[in-house]
Amino acid sequence: MSQLIDRRLSGKNRSAVNRQRFLRRFKAQIRKAVGEAVSERGVSDLERGEEISIPSKDLNEPIFHHGEGGRRDVVSPGNREFVKGDRIDRPQGGGGQGGGGGSPDGEGMDEFVFELSKDEFLNYFFEDLALPDLVKKQLTATPEIKRVRAGFTSDGNPSSLHVVRSMKQAIGRRLAMGAGPRRALREAEEALAKLEAEGKGDSEDAELLREEINRLNARIAAVPFIDTWDLRYANRVDKPQPTSQAVMFCLMDVSGSMDEERKNIAKRFFMLLYLFLTRSYERIDVVFIRHHTVAKEVDEDDFFTSRETGGTVVSSALDLMHEIVTERYPSGQWNIYAAQASDGDNWAEDSPRCREILVNGILPLVQYYAYVEIKAEHPQTLWHEYETVKGMYRHFAMQRILNLEDIYPVFRKLFRKKEAAA
Amino acid sequence: MTEAIKADTRQPISEGSEWTFELLETYDREIARVAQHYGLDTYPNQIEVITSEQMIDAYSSVGMPVGYSHWSFGKQFMSTQKHYKRGQMGLAYEIVINSSPCIAYLMEENTMTMQALVIAHASYGHNSFFKGNYLFRTWTDAEGILDYLVFARNYVAECEERYGEEAVENILDSCHALMNHGVDRYKRPAKLSMAKEKALQRERADYLQSQVNDLWRTLPPKEATAKKRKENRFPPDPQENLLYFIEKNAPRLEPWQREIVRIVRKIAQYFYPQRQTQVMNEGWATFWHYTLLNHLYEEGKLTDGFMMEFLQSHTNVVFQPPYFSRMYSGINPYALGFNMFRDIRRICEEPTDEDRRWFPEIAGSNWLETLDFAMRNFKDESFIAQYLSPRLIRELKLFTVVDDDHDDKLEISAIHDDAGYRQIRQMLADQYNLGNREPNIQVWNVDVYGDRSLTLRHDMHNRRPLGESTPEMLRHIARLWGYDVRIESIDEHGHAELMGECKV
Repeated sequence: MSQLIDRRLSGKNRSAVNRQRFLRRFKAQIRKAVGEAVSERGVSDLERGEEISIPSKDLNEPIFHHGEGGRRDVVSPGNREFVKGDRIDRPQGGGGQGGGGGSPDGEGMDEFVFELSKDEFLNYFFEDLALPDLVKKQLTATPEIKRVRAGFTSDGNPSSLHVVRSMKQAIGRRLAMGAGPRRALREAEEALAKLEAEGKGDSEDAELLREEINRLNARIAAVPFIDTWDLRYANRVDKPQPTSQAVMFCLMDVSGSMDEERKNIAKRFFMLLYLFLTRSYERIDVVFIRHHTVAKEVDEDDFFTSRETGGTVVSSALDLMHEIVTERYPSGQWNIYAAQASDGDNWAEDSPRCREILVNGILPLVQYYAYVEIKAEHPQTLWHEYETVKGMYRHFAMQRILNLEDIYPVFRKLFRKKEAAA
Repeated sequence: MTEAIKADTRQPISEGSEWTFELLETYDREIARVAQHYGLDTYPNQIEVITSEQMIDAYSSVGMPVGYSHWSFGKQFMSTQKHYKRGQMGLAYEIVINSSPCIAYLMEENTMTMQALVIAHASYGHNSFFKGNYLFRTWTDAEGILDYLVFARNYVAECEERYGEEAVENILDSCHALMNHGVDRYKRPAKLSMAKEKALQRERADYLQSQVNDLWRTLPPKEATAKKRKENRFPPDPQENLLYFIEKNAPRLEPWQREIVRIVRKIAQYFYPQRQTQVMNEGWATFWHYTLLNHLYEEGKLTDGFMMEFLQSHTNVVFQPPYFSRMYSGINPYALGFNMFRDIRRICEEPTDEDRRWFPEIAGSNWLETLDFAMRNFKDESFIAQYLSPRLIRELKLFTVVDDDHDDKLEISAIHDDAGYRQIRQMLADQYNLGNREPNIQVWNVDVYGDRSLTLRHDMHNRRPLGESTPEMLRHIARLWGYDVRIESIDEHGHAELMGECKV
């Protein structure tokens, strides 16, 4: 008799560990593939898995096998027209009549393709990255405080008096304080009853006992119903509450020199930053500021589509950002991130002013400020001014991007994990 | 065998396609009864119902119920999973493990018909083959294998903990590359058992290490003459089992590395009979599911609907596309094996004059005994050489093509006619000879007195050279050996030519 076993409920992911082994072994290739995927597809749908393909030859498991050449005899089925001695042309692409021997892995695919789950994809994407200073902000500057209950105390203000707790204390205290007299009272009453039963109710002893009983009753009655030290107050302590909200400022030059391609690169950069922030914060506000000679706060559509002509005054955008921060996003409650994209063009006299606003106004308030210069022919005044800023603040970063494929490495460079010493 | 029963007296076991555990039991009991009627001798059966995801799991560890962890299994898993999800392939209906009890997996998605088919195919067909065929009887130990796999998995995991995953992975990679060259083709292996294996493992480790050191210590004094060196060749005779040679003699392996080489070697040896009996094994199982279920149908136990579904999947399994078809990917072992066993039965029951001429000893004999003998005493190569009949060659329209690089055209050397039968039969048999399929590579010499380099020799067959993987293979061997490795090819005139070298 056979044994029938239902195994459906026992674990199904027995191969999970082997899958992890595979991913680990081909980490380098997968990372490369992830990088390519990022630059090729729309960034808005980064939140999904990815089909990764690795060249098959990289993960080939070699064995000794016969190569091309020599003599082979192949038996095949389904003869239609051949007779012995027929001579036919070699089919193109080698492999003879397809029969035995030939390629050892049979399938002959050039690419090994498999699915990375969304989480796996993002993990590769964000590997080695961390939000700059995030931990620092959470541990040291904790401006938001929440009062949480923490048991009871014996002193406090009347408004936090806890009645039930206090009454419990009082009951306990009354029981404790009355215990001795009550026992003495009980004994005296028993003794008196005994004397009365013996007919000695009028004796001197009985009289003394009665006096004693009265004294004890008075003493018991004197135990206060509630006392000041019965009072209990609900206790609350201050618990620091890490801010879980962030605001991200996107600053972009929309003057004539910023063409579609540059904007496209900038867009991807902003979105990467956004995605990255969503990994660390529950809530993120995004503020879009575009500028040419004057700056304006706009919505996302306008930000990426509209195009203006004319010159460039970068400081206008910085001014506007500073204003908005002061009004709506106090730095005590918000983690502030800013990313600025530009082609490096600026009105020469304006650049020193940009530096000033950054150094004195903005940088002390923000967590991180990233500046990318897209397809700039050669560094101009703005770049040079910003370089001095970079020397002063650790959380200011700047980078040049030349084409789409540069985004990912640049992004990684900007947000590289800082050493523990930071 | 049994008289056909009139339609109104039919009492089918079940109607409809849903299966239940009660029904599985009933079908299994009925199939077992019929199998016994035909005298199939099997190990006890263990039938496990699993989900398709679990089936993919089982797939990826080449059908081993327990396996150590390795990235290549992950790769296999991911590619199976992807193909399955996209609907590019169905899963095989069953996986069966050569163990005692014989474990067969049924997928829960299957219909009742498919479950019955799988039970007949795996639990009675394959099972009786595992128990009866001489290769399996000689080379595998059905009772010990599960324990051994558990031992192997634990041992590998322990090594990973001690020496790091990467170090273990490196060794496993190199061993896997040599798996096909890690089998003894002629010597009989010792029985495996968990308890013995554990007890012996430590002892073996110490002993092996001392042996290896000994080999390298017994250096003769410097004045040893060239002649003497030649006399003291090592190994004295060429060795075909590369993994065994490495396990016993590689100078620089740690004891745990030797044990891992041994584990891979043992597992390769365990699968070796399966690689040699593909046609027979599948043919036998297919023949029996066909015969057993037809028998049940004749008894009136199966409905017509059941038979329609059964015959449809059976036909798919034994379909042999012709060479010019887009679906053609070599000879289908199910088709060849099934047809051969059917043909043998036909020769026994209704022999023609031709059959009497070709197979005088079996024509008209008891078919059950003849089939049983064929199943027990052959492997693919000899089975085809012995039993492939002219009639089947005609049915399959077999022909042979010579592909010679000295000739700019292919030549048809034989077709399915009187002149060609023997040649086709011989060539098809050769095609299943593992010795021809895989390059013949042996350990030739170790330079014991010099740089300790290892020389392998490849005996060319029909002037066929080694493939382009050779340099990589040499790197793997060099990793295990620890010193230089080179390989020479010997052509038909006995001339040796250096084909590759890997310096450490």
